[in-house]
Amino acid sequence: MHRQTYADGILPVKLIMLGEDMAKAKLDILYPCPDTIKINFSGQWQTGRQIPSRPDIEKLTQDGAIRKLQFESNGLTFWDSSVVVFVSGILKQCEPAGITVDQTGLPSGAKRLLTLASAVAPKTGADKNSDADQFLARIGDKGIQVHSSILMTFEFIGDLTLSFGRLIRGKAHFRMADVYELLQECGWKALPIVSLISILVGLILAFMGAVQLRLFDAQIYVADLVAIGMAREMAPIMTGVIISGRTGAAFAANIGTMQVNEEVDALKTLGLSPIDYLVLPRVLVLVLMMPLLCLYSDLLGLAGGMAVGIGMMDIPYIQYLEHTRQAVDITDFSIGLVKSVLFGFIVALSGCLQGMYCGRSASAVGLATTSAVVIAIVYIVVADGLFAVITNMIGI
Amino acid sequence: MHNKTQTKTVPHITVSNLTMTYGDYVVIRDLDFTINRGDVFAVMGGSGCGKSTLMRILIGLKSPAKGSVHYQDVNFWEMSESGRNKMMQRMGILYQSGALWSSLTLAENVALPLEQYTCLSKNGIREFVTLKLALVGLAGFENYYPSEISGGMRKRAGLARAMALDPDVLFFDEPSAGLDPISAKMLDDLIIEIKESLGATIVIVTHELPSIFAIANNSIFLDTATRTAVAAGDPKKMLKTSNNPNVIRFLTRGDKIAKQ
Ligand SMILES: Nc1ncnc2c1ncn2[C@@H]1O[C@H](COP(=O)(O)OP(=O)(O)OP(=O)(O)O)[C@@H](O)[C@H]1O
Ligand SMILES: [Mg+2]
Repeated sequence: MHRQTYADGILPVKLIMLGEDMAKAKLDILYPCPDTIKINFSGQWQTGRQIPSRPDIEKLTQDGAIRKLQFESNGLTFWDSSVVVFVSGILKQCEPAGITVDQTGLPSGAKRLLTLASAVAPKTGADKNSDADQFLARIGDKGIQVHSSILMTFEFIGDLTLSFGRLIRGKAHFRMADVYELLQECGWKALPIVSLISILVGLILAFMGAVQLRLFDAQIYVADLVAIGMAREMAPIMTGVIISGRTGAAFAANIGTMQVNEEVDALKTLGLSPIDYLVLPRVLVLVLMMPLLCLYSDLLGLAGGMAVGIGMMDIPYIQYLEHTRQAVDITDFSIGLVKSVLFGFIVALSGCLQGMYCGRSASAVGLATTSAVVIAIVYIVVADGLFAVITNMIGI
Repeated sequence: MHNKTQTKTVPHITVSNLTMTYGDYVVIRDLDFTINRGDVFAVMGGSGCGKSTLMRILIGLKSPAKGSVHYQDVNFWEMSESGRNKMMQRMGILYQSGALWSSLTLAENVALPLEQYTCLSKNGIREFVTLKLALVGLAGFENYYPSEISGGMRKRAGLARAMALDPDVLFFDEPSAGLDPISAKMLDDLIIEIKESLGATIVIVTHELPSIFAIANNSIFLDTATRTAVAAGDPKKMLKTSNNPNVIRFLTRGDKIAKQ
């Protein structure tokens, strides 16, 4: 950009054609008088090429005699930001050492850039992360973060409860059209993937059981294994995981983008509660649809297991069905359904929460989406564990 | 809004002793100004001085750290949330990005406030929407989605939505940012037109000098360095009388530096 001595445009080619040696960036340190050092730039200073390392001003001025610093750049054939960065680094060292810097020897463009860079003083008063790299401070920060995210979640659940109250009193505003769309999104549009996963899980359970049970010549119990496994555990968990990846992520991305585009602000300033308008329909729809999806997954999982049992292990059809009927009763299915309602709530909550508290940038939306899925899956598994303990304690 | 008996003596918006912060970071402290009914009030200042933050406080999206905002004689931030929501319905806001709801068509965007807060029939709403979109020059675009129109059109559609409920006071965050000079001028004319026909008070955050001088009759200048308001009043007079170098530099695009 500052190639005054050459005709526009031809310079880079010309320099590349020069011998490596001539083009090399060089730096000499001279002592014109006892209290002055002079830094002499020469050769071709270009970003991305080898550049001399920055002299240590502190060492050079150790004896205290040196009070002034000058530059010389007559031998400089080409320069770019690398010189500016180099010099501003030196300036930073000189300031605390109390050395006066005379910039006259620098190329005039570089001087201008240096002035420009120091024209606006860095933002002060905010003290962002000043001590964040201290170990204890970091632990403290983390603790505060966790604390505030827990508070945030409770606040959100509280808001949601209030909003539910408004719904019951007929005062919550949302568009029915949105609800229909959500119902489709979490309903039949999710069926293909739920079908695929459920059948495969049924197959896997059956195969896994078959290998072990064959040792005891008890292959018929594959039917029990598949039925109980699907009804109590696998159907709700797998639908939960699928829906969190499919719908929970979409919730977070959707609401997060609205946050970035100020659409959520536009709702608020209209006096519409974003919780009523955006969150409530999503939570209701998922809580409603998850048990249905779970039931559907139960059936397909059983079918998958049956395909293995009858098709590959030659268990008679009637016998397999009879075993299935004896193995599970309405309690097992109900446990699965209750879980799926809870999982639906977890997925919707984490998706909407991450979306609502999303920052105001595109990367924040990505982050919100990822956390929505991760958090939902973690809580689904934790909740499932609690369920296992509780049902075991009360013996169902 | 067309209530002409309103006493002229009470300013429409009174801001006193307002301090805005993000966490510990003070953006602006001790802000005092008044906006009269029917004013076009410009909020000026360099980038990052807190103009948008001030606007968020005025429209109820962010609470002030200290001080108060009065609309006529009601203290906006001391009210109950539902009271504040009621007041917010009387404001029209044009956001910097337009902030149209992307899942709704332009007509649905304009219709939503009407559906919520009026008892108009479906047909009545449709007529209203057609009128408002026509006012901003978007007749015939009823069934377009925000993603299908240009940035300038989005701004205008946002304006149509902001005007849906015939607001008392309109807020604009950098309305002409990202528009070509002609569209910007057209938007200015539109704003003036709306002000005169609706009689609304207008608060406008802007960097555009031509529009500041063309439409604003009152203003405030926020300064990043001192974190206070350093000048207030009619921008044309401010240009003549102010001796704050930052103000003069801003108003003359740096051509003239204050004498001292
Ligand atoms: N969410 C936030 N958290 C922390 N600090 C913020 C936040 N938003 C803005 N700030 C800080 O507050 C100050 C004022 O920001 P604001 O957006 O109000 O500026 P502005 O005057 O609108 O600037 P511009 O003209 O560039 O839009 C800035 O210094 C910014 O760093
Ligand atoms: Mg702004």
